[in-house]
Amino acid sequence: MNRRHLIILTVTLMFIGSIVFLYKALVLDFPLVPEVRSDIWDVEAHLTFVSDDKPIKVSMNLPRNSHRFAIVNENFISRGYGVNVVAEDGKRKVHWSIRKAKGTQNLYYRASVRRMGRDIPPKKPEGSRPKKPDLKGAYREASEAIVSEVREKSADINGIVIELLQRLNNPRPGDNVALLLGKKASVQKKVDLSAQLLALAGIHARSVHGIRLEDQRRSSTIIRWLEIYDQKQWVSYDAVTGKRGVPEDYLAWWRGMEPLVQSQGTKNLAATVSVSRSEEPVIQAALDIEEMKKPFLLNFSLFSLPIETQSVYHVILLLPVGVFLLVILRNVIGIRTFGTFMPVLIGLAFRETQLVWGLLLFTTLIALGLSIRLYLAHLQLLVVPRLSAILIIVIFLMAGFSILTHKLGLERGLSVALFPMVILTMTIERMSIVWEELGALETLQQGAWSLVAAVLAYIVMTISYIEHLVFVFPELLLILLAGMLLLGRYSGFRLLELPRFKALAKLGSDD
Amino acid sequence: MIKLKKQLAETGVLGINRRNAEYTMKYNSRHRYPLVDDKLRTKKLALKAGIAVPELYGVIETEYEVRNLAHLVQSYPDFVIKPSRGSGGRGILVISGRSKEMFRKADGVLMNRDEVEYHLFNVISGLYSLGGQPDKALIEYRVQFDPVFEAISYQGVPDIRMIVFLGVPVMSMVRLPTRMSGGKANLHQGAIGAGIDITSGKTLTAVWKNNIISEHPDTGNQVTGVTIPNWDALLNIAAFHFELIGLGYIGVDLVLDKDKGPLILEVNARPGLNIQIANRAGLLPRLKLVEQHHTELVNLDDRVEFSKHNFEHSR
Repeated sequence: MNRRHLIILTVTLMFIGSIVFLYKALVLDFPLVPEVRSDIWDVEAHLTFVSDDKPIKVSMNLPRNSHRFAIVNENFISRGYGVNVVAEDGKRKVHWSIRKAKGTQNLYYRASVRRMGRDIPPKKPEGSRPKKPDLKGAYREASEAIVSEVREKSADINGIVIELLQRLNNPRPGDNVALLLGKKASVQKKVDLSAQLLALAGIHARSVHGIRLEDQRRSSTIIRWLEIYDQKQWVSYDAVTGKRGVPEDYLAWWRGMEPLVQSQGTKNLAATVSVSRSEEPVIQAALDIEEMKKPFLLNFSLFSLPIETQSVYHVILLLPVGVFLLVILRNVIGIRTFGTFMPVLIGLAFRETQLVWGLLLFTTLIALGLSIRLYLAHLQLLVVPRLSAILIIVIFLMAGFSILTHKLGLERGLSVALFPMVILTMTIERMSIVWEELGALETLQQGAWSLVAAVLAYIVMTISYIEHLVFVFPELLLILLAGMLLLGRYSGFRLLELPRFKALAKLGSDD
Repeated sequence: MIKLKKQLAETGVLGINRRNAEYTMKYNSRHRYPLVDDKLRTKKLALKAGIAVPELYGVIETEYEVRNLAHLVQSYPDFVIKPSRGSGGRGILVISGRSKEMFRKADGVLMNRDEVEYHLFNVISGLYSLGGQPDKALIEYRVQFDPVFEAISYQGVPDIRMIVFLGVPVMSMVRLPTRMSGGKANLHQGAIGAGIDITSGKTLTAVWKNNIISEHPDTGNQVTGVTIPNWDALLNIAAFHFELIGLGYIGVDLVLDKDKGPLILEVNARPGLNIQIANRAGLLPRLKLVEQHHTELVNLDDRVEFSKHNFEHSR
């Protein structure tokens, strides 16, 4: 009875899964392999704020076409708001406004950025000399002093810029620089100040704010750099290193000293910018073609979600694959691990830390945690307080790691924060109990097996082909689900049971 | 590897996946699990049915009650602390005597009162229980095992495990503690498992750490061919647990006390598979035979008779 149910269920699941998959692959021509390199990126700015029934005005700077990138397919998603895109003194801006709004508000700007090499003549700055910044008193004195010092030491504009940036970034700046920069100098502050000082020296300069086009940044950080008008073109400088030029994948978003967003009538305004590599070329083509028929499938695909959410699903959809692997390892091979899903979650963390670092961090963390836990055994604490104590120790250890590796200049160490803490705590506790009851050997064995499982899960979950398949064709997970249901009724021997019962096999062959 | 797999299948060895999918899940209904997972309930049920169990001295349920331990065991020099929901012998502490204010463990090591209390705290907070739920600690009578086992066990108490399928005892073994197992009757930890011929109640070959042996490694005495006293009574008590608990596939753990005779220690709803190694026989053919005939077996006597008739060891 339940056997028949199981068969019907698995067959149905597999059938639906494969039909949808085949339809998308064959009829809609969705790509089966990830593209090696895509020149299209989806960028998204997401504004969220709270409003209490007041008129609202929000304006945000928008990216512009440049000789490196073209902005195509712009979309503004804002329910009930008036949208107005304007170009004012070389800047593009969107103005959102509404007479009344209440509660949490969400505004989205989405666009595709296409990389291209175009010949757009650089826009000449207005006026032959830049406007002198309005400075007073000590600030004016200090600024002029710096400008004349810098001028003396350099021959051309490039020299001036480099000399100036060096001064601003000197770990022991002179009094003048220190006065202007203030105590804590951010990159933004340095960029703005150098633009000001260069203007004072009669050089056209502006600060640029942009993002890096990298895959799957749930939220991109805004990067600042400097642009100088030199010999009829705008040249970029990295304001910290003082190097000429910025990497190819820096997209300039807006220029000037303004913030990204300006608003009236809002509270708790937060803006996040995210980027993802676009599956677009082929998929968009597929979507465009089918749009006339409006297949139900497409309106409900993951591609209709905001980019931020999409990149979360890139990871979440990999979990079932890792878990499937774990089911095989445990029920078919028969290895024993600490905790049911622990290896998969650790494998997922390895994706962020990279394998070697991850293994190193994980084993050190567990080893330290375990030795502290074995010491705690002497204090004879009750279980729940003890677990909480271990959790706190794990957090301290992680923080310690981050600080230590950061000081050593190993930025990878920071990713230790991505390890699931509670899972680590439970693992340490379980390991120590196994240690006390069954000895060190058994503990190390099980621990090693868990690590093997985590590494395997990591390997499977980093195959970009698999990541692409489950994201573009999530219906494949139905087939995986059917497979898991079948494994749930698998009643054969586990591989590791065979050596265990070896003595019995010899018996059988005697007869 | 494939050949090995085939040979095991021919012997009728039951693997863990098959045990779960085709026996425990099919014949053991979930709502009766609490009866066996909680040893206190099993004990009460057995007492009600008139089956002898190790006497319960007291139950400790809260941290506050831990201080009552001294009072509870005042008049008993030796006793056992057991987690009510423990599994696989985890968390069992056997106190074999006192030395002034100290407690002496079965292996001779002394523990002070703090250490015993710490153990109780761990038990109560669920360290050894299934799923880590809060637990109770049972303080009970320490079994004085039958002299027949004197020569073939090292410290600890040997216990008899019987697999009972649909009320028919299908396979049995006795677990003998060794120095290596630290006095525990757990095969995994190094205890000896000796199969018992269901028909005669005599021990068969023994297995120790996957090796076939015939003498106890610590005492040097013969472990094969020992007749278990009271065998028929043991078979009957084990078989009766089918009615008592209502689970189809169980492992019943019994001990033979020198004064009180057979006592029930606990019942297991997911009994281990090592018993096959100790018996050098697979469970599957026996289970299938019972599945074919169990409708014909009306009462307890029928079932025990069926068992003794069909499951004689073949050599």
